[in-house]
Amino acid sequence: MSADGGQPAAGPLLEMRSVNAHYGAVHALRDVDLSIYEGELVCLLGGNASGKSTTLKTLLGMLKPTSGEVVLDGEVVNDRPTSYRVARGVTMVPENRRLFKRLSVRENLDLGAYLRSDTDGIAADLERVFELFPRVKERLSQKAGTLSGGEQQMVAMGRALMAKPRVLLMDEPSMGLAPALVQQNFELIQQIHEAGLTVFMVEQNANMALSIADRGWVLQTGRVVLDDTAENLLAHPDLRASYLGQADT
Amino acid sequence: MTATLPPETGAAGASAEPPLAASRPALAQDWRRLVRMGAVGAVAQVFIALSNMPVRLDERVIVKPVLSLGYLTLLIVPFAAGHRVGHQIKREGMPQHAAGAHEVAGGAACGAVAGGGLSLLAVLLANFDLREPLVNWSPMLAELLAFGNATRFAVVIWLLIGAAVGALGGGLRLLGPRTRRAVVTMALAVGGAAVLEPLVVDLAEGMRLEALTDRLYARRGGINWTSALGLAAGSGILAVLGRGRIQQARAHIAELEGAQRTRTNGLLILATAAVLIVLPLFAGKLTNELLANVGLFVLLALGLNVVVGLAGILDLGYVAFFAVGSYSAAVLTAATSPRINPELPWLVALIVVVIITGLVGLFIGAPVIRMRGDYLAIVTLGFGEIIRLLFLSDWLSGWFGGSQGITKIPGAGIFGLTDVAGTDPRRVFYLVLAFCALAIYVSWRLERSRLGRAWMAVREDETVAEAMGINTVNVKLLAFVVGAVLGSFSGAIFSAKVGSVFPNSFLILVSIVILVVVIFGGMGNIVGVIAGSAVLIGVLGGPKQPGLLAEFSEFKLLIYGALLIWMMLARPEGLIPSVRRSRELHQQEMAQDAWLKGQVEDDNHDDGGSGPQATPAT
Repeated sequence: MSADGGQPAAGPLLEMRSVNAHYGAVHALRDVDLSIYEGELVCLLGGNASGKSTTLKTLLGMLKPTSGEVVLDGEVVNDRPTSYRVARGVTMVPENRRLFKRLSVRENLDLGAYLRSDTDGIAADLERVFELFPRVKERLSQKAGTLSGGEQQMVAMGRALMAKPRVLLMDEPSMGLAPALVQQNFELIQQIHEAGLTVFMVEQNANMALSIADRGWVLQTGRVVLDDTAENLLAHPDLRASYLGQADT
Repeated sequence: MTATLPPETGAAGASAEPPLAASRPALAQDWRRLVRMGAVGAVAQVFIALSNMPVRLDERVIVKPVLSLGYLTLLIVPFAAGHRVGHQIKREGMPQHAAGAHEVAGGAACGAVAGGGLSLLAVLLANFDLREPLVNWSPMLAELLAFGNATRFAVVIWLLIGAAVGALGGGLRLLGPRTRRAVVTMALAVGGAAVLEPLVVDLAEGMRLEALTDRLYARRGGINWTSALGLAAGSGILAVLGRGRIQQARAHIAELEGAQRTRTNGLLILATAAVLIVLPLFAGKLTNELLANVGLFVLLALGLNVVVGLAGILDLGYVAFFAVGSYSAAVLTAATSPRINPELPWLVALIVVVIITGLVGLFIGAPVIRMRGDYLAIVTLGFGEIIRLLFLSDWLSGWFGGSQGITKIPGAGIFGLTDVAGTDPRRVFYLVLAFCALAIYVSWRLERSRLGRAWMAVREDETVAEAMGINTVNVKLLAFVVGAVLGSFSGAIFSAKVGSVFPNSFLILVSIVILVVVIFGGMGNIVGVIAGSAVLIGVLGGPKQPGLLAEFSEFKLLIYGALLIWMMLARPEGLIPSVRRSRELHQQEMAQDAWLKGQVEDDNHDDGGSGPQATPAT
């Protein structure tokens, strides 16, 4: 169900049109179609090596598609660098948080706003991050690497929010976290989404992701095999099968 | 559980001295550890002896007739081994034993084993001839080991000396912390006075205080033993009186905040600058020459610090930019330059030099920057050599004179105001000082700039930095270029100072030495880099520049290596660590401490409070 035409404003915010991507000779994405509309919370599900992270990299411009188009706000951005897309509101929270461990929390947050020059706006967003995560404010001058896992997740999220994103790309938000923290993290995502942010997350934990998402896709060896609403996907008999198939190998 | 926890963790967490258990009996040693440590010492002794250090350094006297640097190199090992073997690992909940006969006996035994290495060597020297592979296997060494007596004497005496010195090392543990500090200060004062002898004499002459140095130092070098005693006593008294004052002052400064902090820092910088400006007026040629050499390496190290310390690009070919800076300055200013010789004034030439070196930085950086880690390091190593070989090549000898180099380079003229000729080390030093000030300011500003932050992000995690929108390629290239330009300053001054440039001045060794200076001083830290070059270049000497211990020059690399190893083990953050690096390297301990303290607090007041993760204390 690729979005067709329409006015740019009403069209999807971020879109992949039959994108193919390769790592060297390996065909990592095969004719992938995705469309993320403003205000949505959508998720991309898949097992290991199904191409989830590649999708994110392609959306962010860290990997160039071999064919097809990546469309941001109606503009084909295939040839635009990552910085261009970040400046236009595409921001990623990397998997495993990946903070700049030896830099302070403050420096991490500042780096999130690297491409911005509106001092007032940055200060306002910093306040917003503090409101959302009071813990982060207490830890400002601490090295990011000394924080606990949950706190690091907050900083990672805060760092992304400092870029003033329009769409947040989340790479495996549940990875490497204790079950209680995973729950907390998904509540956080939901909270941010309810505050008006578009979220696209990539997950292995299908139940968790679908419980908060509007729509979802299932990716298998680089191909989108399912594309439906979250409810339908949860009920879909093939979904479990596709995961079991992955678990067998 | 809660009832027993507080006293235990309290004892470990608080720095209050835990009660000491009775000292152990002298013979209850951990013999295995003792012998192992002694054996390591013995190997070290033999290695040092065969490196020819004792023979060579015998001429440099430390305390007139008692101690020469040569013997010191041999005595230091059993001393260190004897001291080390008495070290007790602090374990939570385990009693610490008071030091006593156990430590002295252990030290003596360990020292004797270490000294036994030399005894064995003396026997081998007398009975075998291994001169073929070991060039220093000489009768001179045998004589030195035996103090001119028979081999039998050497065997016994080294066992005894080892035991005695080892016992001293172990005995150091008997002293209370205060006395120990006084003793260490005394040793440092005498050692320092001996090491700094040329400098002190030179300065004293400038200030017309020869009478003082004549009394302090013997005529042929070395401190008179009477003066040594006086110096030790004086410094010991000072150490006792000034106990902890310096640390207090430091802690006080560290606590200052905001405007006060800035003012104190400003004052400190002003004071340092004043000393550096006034000092050369009283100093003779030698001191100024030394300071100028140190300054040149400060410039180079600051440049490399941007590349390695901030941006995390391990550049092993940094000498390339030093070479390009030197050569382009030479070509632009010298009348003798083979192909083109515009004979530009030095300052004008400098601008062109900066542009050229910047471009070379871009040119070399562009292909290199796309690599990561080990590959990058190896490729930069290659480029460093390529540049030198280009200057050496027949192909370009029409431009740069090949192995003949470019000679008769004029001094650095500044707007016709002064002409800094290489023959006037004082002016050279002032010139170097001015550029160091500039480089320090630039580094300092860069570190706190947006670009500096981007460099650190790239150093930490390149992929994520890219995802943040940082153009990693450009940012890294810029680090390369900034480093190149800072290095070219040093090069331009170098060619004006020395008056000639040859490809041989730009060996790979120079890159290595600069890198060692940066690592030794403390990566990513401006003060550390300065301290590193002062110690390494000033005291030990640079690749071709003699330092205060000129006798060390042929063992320089050996000592560099030893220092680096010691550094990695004892102070991985460098001589003067940046707060950042030190925190990162000791993070775990700190986190643990903080956790323990938090736990203790929680147990004491049950009202919750700050929670288990209290902010770590510094």
